[in-house]
Amino acid sequence: MTPSDPQASRAAVDAIPIRVLLVKLGLDGHDRGAKVVMHILRDAGMEVIYTGRHAHVDNVVKMAIEEDVDLIGLSLLNNNHLSISKRLLEALRDAGIGDIPTVVGGIIPDADNPVLKSYGIADVFHVHTPPSEIVDRVKHVVEARRRYKLS
Amino acid sequence: MSMSPTASESAEIARAAARPEVRPVRTSYGTDIKVAYGPEDLAGFEPADALGEPGKFPYTRGIYPTMYRTEYWTRRNYAGMQTSEDTNERFKFLLANGQTGLSMALDLPTQLGLDSDDPEAGDDVGRVGVAIDTLADMERIYDGIPMAKVNTSFTINATAAIVLAMYIVAAEKQGVPMEQLRGTVQNDVLKEYIARGMWIFPPQPSIKITGDIVEFCARHLPKFNPISVSGTHIAECGATSVQVLAYPILNAFCYIDEVLKRGLAAEDFIPQITFHLPAGGLENYGLWESIAKFRAGRRIWARLVRERYDVDDPKSLRLKFSTGVGGSGLTATQPLNNIARLAYYALTAVLSGTRSLNLASFDEALAIPTELSTRTSLMIQHILAHETGFPDVVDPLAGSYFIESLTNDIEQKVLEMIADIEAKGGVLKMITSGAIQRDLGRQAYEWEQAIERKEVLKVGVNCYQVEEEPTGALEVHEHAEDAGARQLERLRDVKARRNAAAVERALARLRTAAEASENLMPALLEAVRVYATVGEMSQILKSIYGGFDDPV
Repeated sequence: MTPSDPQASRAAVDAIPIRVLLVKLGLDGHDRGAKVVMHILRDAGMEVIYTGRHAHVDNVVKMAIEEDVDLIGLSLLNNNHLSISKRLLEALRDAGIGDIPTVVGGIIPDADNPVLKSYGIADVFHVHTPPSEIVDRVKHVVEARRRYKLS
Repeated sequence: MSMSPTASESAEIARAAARPEVRPVRTSYGTDIKVAYGPEDLAGFEPADALGEPGKFPYTRGIYPTMYRTEYWTRRNYAGMQTSEDTNERFKFLLANGQTGLSMALDLPTQLGLDSDDPEAGDDVGRVGVAIDTLADMERIYDGIPMAKVNTSFTINATAAIVLAMYIVAAEKQGVPMEQLRGTVQNDVLKEYIARGMWIFPPQPSIKITGDIVEFCARHLPKFNPISVSGTHIAECGATSVQVLAYPILNAFCYIDEVLKRGLAAEDFIPQITFHLPAGGLENYGLWESIAKFRAGRRIWARLVRERYDVDDPKSLRLKFSTGVGGSGLTATQPLNNIARLAYYALTAVLSGTRSLNLASFDEALAIPTELSTRTSLMIQHILAHETGFPDVVDPLAGSYFIESLTNDIEQKVLEMIADIEAKGGVLKMITSGAIQRDLGRQAYEWEQAIERKEVLKVGVNCYQVEEEPTGALEVHEHAEDAGARQLERLRDVKARRNAAAVERALARLRTAAEASENLMPALLEAVRVYATVGEMSQILKSIYGGFDDPV
């Protein structure tokens, strides 16, 4: 279905605040990075829900649906990013919300970027990615999805 | 009188205009650092009172009179991964390369009281530390390593009592009785709530268990350090140097007050209390500040413990600390640069009089260390010890106008912060309300913004970046994907061979002890001997004490 005024529709959509679910899955308790990103995104006008430490995949899926988020951000630093990303993406797809983009950030070797992308991860953020760049890239991912849904 | 400048005045004005601006420098906690310090900064300073001599009250200059001239600090790089055999191999490698004490990393399931076959453990088995399920794992870690000669520091908190029990029994089997056993368990749950996130139970039962360990060691393991009150992880969360001293000192007082309830005198156990404090790290870019922090810390501890607990015994007044290096200061980009950072951090620790140095590796921001990277960090320590002369004189910075001023400044701010927190209801209250955690989170955010604005320069990150890594593909540790399976097989095997009835009885005994609020150590020792698992023991305690939701 093509909207009658694509420019206006796009502007209206862009005006809706971005809702992000920030996630720490698994057993690791270090969440300085997740909290810093939470501050960064909130300061940029986004609504951020943080699962807290030790979240479970099924809970994340539930929250993503209930909170009607635009994006899921997974924070990882204990070297299990490949398996956890895969599990999360599968769970999202099984729940019918596989179209919500997921990004990953933390301690991730460059070599694993293409692997993560092949699983369906929308973007990968390394430690010390400048705050303004994080905001831009998050907006880019969300806006791309919103426009896709419009079209 | 002339109103316009003379020729020479004009020249002076022009020169001043052309002079580059003096760069502002501030400590992590907000004090402006001058360009130079002089005698005026130490007006009224009484060295006899403020410094004393090395090894004498107030220990500003060091807790022992001869420090590294008689004994170097312990070289104790952190290690642990996959299964007990893999960790045993890494330990032997480190000892063969001049490591003088062991520091064990345990995997996340073990830290949280989960067995390797617990569905929650999932992929985390053996990933960032060694998987320990039963005594069998502990025994195998020390296979061929003489526990009488080499002692171990365990980074273990919520399950410290269980791991300590295993260490005690494994040592016994090697012929080392409890009374002779040396080592440390971190056992500092309050900093888990503040910074590290690896608690199991709520604060009250957790503090009680900490007290159990301290009490048991006071009575039966006089050479063991039952606790290592930590500021390192708090620093890594975004804390200032002042917070890095104030919070651990207050946490230590919490634990001391708990143990005093049990009929022990202060000097019966305070001597065994140690600390783990940081050198370097993302925020601790001012290494002079780090050194001043350690010196202030010694003086503060000596004075406060004497005043608060009415003890004069030097053993209770000496602030014993090991040093962890701030891994947050090491970068993923251009990893070889981290070798320079690590050398500076190590120097900071040695100029500060550390007893033990756990030096991270240059690939810290990429993965757990390889043999090459951890060995390089050992060599950094050896070079520092034997080639530089830096350890040859005790507290060589004493008397420096700058260092003494900064030491005084940090001391004053720490005492103010301690008084402030106590006036507001104490550190435990601020932890359970989440106030400290929120503060640190905000500071970490401000730091990231300062990096983006280039107010803080981080080489390779916001300046001097390179497009291609000149080191090419650096070999990084790869987790052995079969480690989990190997550990599961081991666990099945132990469970099949152990005396199930004896385990049942021991676990029942543990439940009774916990319900009666007895010291848990005797029951844990009994359970550990018959190969009860970490998960079985923890589950009993969890069913009695409950869990605790993050207050933030």
